Amino acid sequence: MTMRGRVWKFGDNINTDLIMPNVAYEYPPQEQPKFVFSANRPGWSAEVKKGDVLIGGSNFGTGSSRPAAKQLLGLGLAALVAESINGLFLRNCVNYGLPAFSCPGVSALFDEGDTAVIDYVEQAIANEKDNRTLSGSRLPPSLVKLTLSGGIVPLLRQEGFIQ
Amino acid sequence: MGMTMVQKIMARCSGRPQVTVGEIVSCRVDWAVEFDLPFARSHNRPVPLKVWDPSRIALIFDHLVPAPTIVMADGLKVARDFAKAQGIKHFYPEGRHGICHQVIAEMGFALPGGLLACGDSHTSASGAFNCAARGLGAMEMLYILCKGETWFEVCPTIRYVLEGKMPEGVYPRDVIHHVAGVYGEHINQNVEYAGPGLKHLDIAARQTIATMSTELSAEFATFEFDEQTESYLKGRAKEPYSPVYSDKDARFVDVRTIHLDQIEPQIVMPHFVPHNVRAVTEVAGLKIDQAFIGSCANGRIEDLRIAAQILKGRSVHSDCRLIITPASTQVAIHAAREGLIEIFLEAGAVFTNSTCGACNGGHMGLIGAGERCLTSSTRNFRGRMGSKDAEILMASPATVAASAIMGAVTDARTLF
Ligand code: SF4
Repeated sequence: MTMRGRVWKFGDNINTDLIMPNVAYEYPPQEQPKFVFSANRPGWSAEVKKGDVLIGGSNFGTGSSRPAAKQLLGLGLAALVAESINGLFLRNCVNYGLPAFSCPGVSALFDEGDTAVIDYVEQAIANEKDNRTLSGSRLPPSLVKLTLSGGIVPLLRQEGFIQ
Repeated sequence: MGMTMVQKIMARCSGRPQVTVGEIVSCRVDWAVEFDLPFARSHNRPVPLKVWDPSRIALIFDHLVPAPTIVMADGLKVARDFAKAQGIKHFYPEGRHGICHQVIAEMGFALPGGLLACGDSHTSASGAFNCAARGLGAMEMLYILCKGETWFEVCPTIRYVLEGKMPEGVYPRDVIHHVAGVYGEHINQNVEYAGPGLKHLDIAARQTIATMSTELSAEFATFEFDEQTESYLKGRAKEPYSPVYSDKDARFVDVRTIHLDQIEPQIVMPHFVPHNVRAVTEVAGLKIDQAFIGSCANGRIEDLRIAAQILKGRSVHSDCRLIITPASTQVAIHAAREGLIEIFLEAGAVFTNSTCGACNGGHMGLIGAGERCLTSSTRNFRGRMGSKDAEILMASPATVAASAIMGAVTDARTLF
């Protein structure tokens, strides 16, 4: 499955409280994504377009268990590729259905605004302008499949555990 | 090849003789502990219609006690209805509540050699009991509540060998801050704590260190089992247990010796933990607006005793406020019996009921724009405790109490 999207770049140690500040809990789910990065990049959540791609630095998503990955999905982001992704955050990406993988060196591959071409199944990413490509490797096929089928909720619904 | 403690637990729970680094393994969990926040409607997580085993699930109220807003009050009702509908056997609502990691310990759910699943990110706290426990997130917990199983990547391990004894005026919190300052992050790595120094670290100390290992981005953080673990669990353990030990030929990425006797009181500077730590003597004098003692890292009776020792007969500085929040109702009861609450109130501190409260900026102690807070809670991310334009520094309860008296960062050793 190939995706193509405009790149937004973020640095190292982007934490969950920046992605989803505590105040977001006070709002209905559909309004929560607008708080993403309001502390470190105010206004950004309004600029993101459906299908955009987030390129992160090391330890992306460090911090709490809050549903921060879901907020990125809510903004329409198609994928997250970072130098390294925090283990708990990666699990949340899978569970909410956001394609994400770690890929050392990915920051240097892109300038903000470039177009990324991503093969999530192969966990490969290329810069469209010069075709430089890198591959990451952290997710087994079963988890790739779970992500692409929308995460845990559709799975449990199908099996009658939730409505 | 030999296995580490966590590898052995994963092998047992996946029904395999051996698990090796890099594998993804599917595990049955021993206990599943859920807390209140994921039931809030704003969390938008479906409620299970049936669960895997209501006798192996605990539901503990902590983040939202007592309900700070209508949205959260509604969420607590959803949680109560779930507990009733599913016949959840171990339910700890308001009045029997506490921060889930502390209640897990007190009620004997975290057991040596066990696998405990909890959604909250500081679940590493239960590693103090030779248990495999790490934060899993609300969505993974939904799956576990329904099916009783989950998956883990088997990560490489760093072993910390603790030696010697902390000097007077130095606390467990300083030990883990020291590790954070020297070694920084542990991304996708397990940590384990062992060595002769363990005998000088009581269970509360281990809980502090295990809890704060999450801030190093460690995966599992697990302590070796000893007589102290055994005696704490006597009369509490929910079932018989078998401790695990790392094999002599287990492979570690690194084995690092920590000389406890060489550690000094440490301050974590604003906004992040790894490699962002200074000696208290370097930061002393920096004015603070709020001081907070509490959280799953440092809200236990041992912490409150230290705070009381420093606050007794003294007053909180007029330009500063001190909030003290016990980690559980049990801790609050002990504090009352020991007369600590009176000392706190006479010193001018605010003593709250047990809750996460100020720690995650939920309620009871948020900080405003331009303010600076010194806290013994877990996390100093920008905006964590309130305004994004505030600063959060972290230290041991002793340093926090001393600083509250002086209205500025203070080395508690100068007040003894
Ligand atoms: S006290 Fe703080 S860190 Fe601990 S569980 Fe509550 S919010 Fe999380």
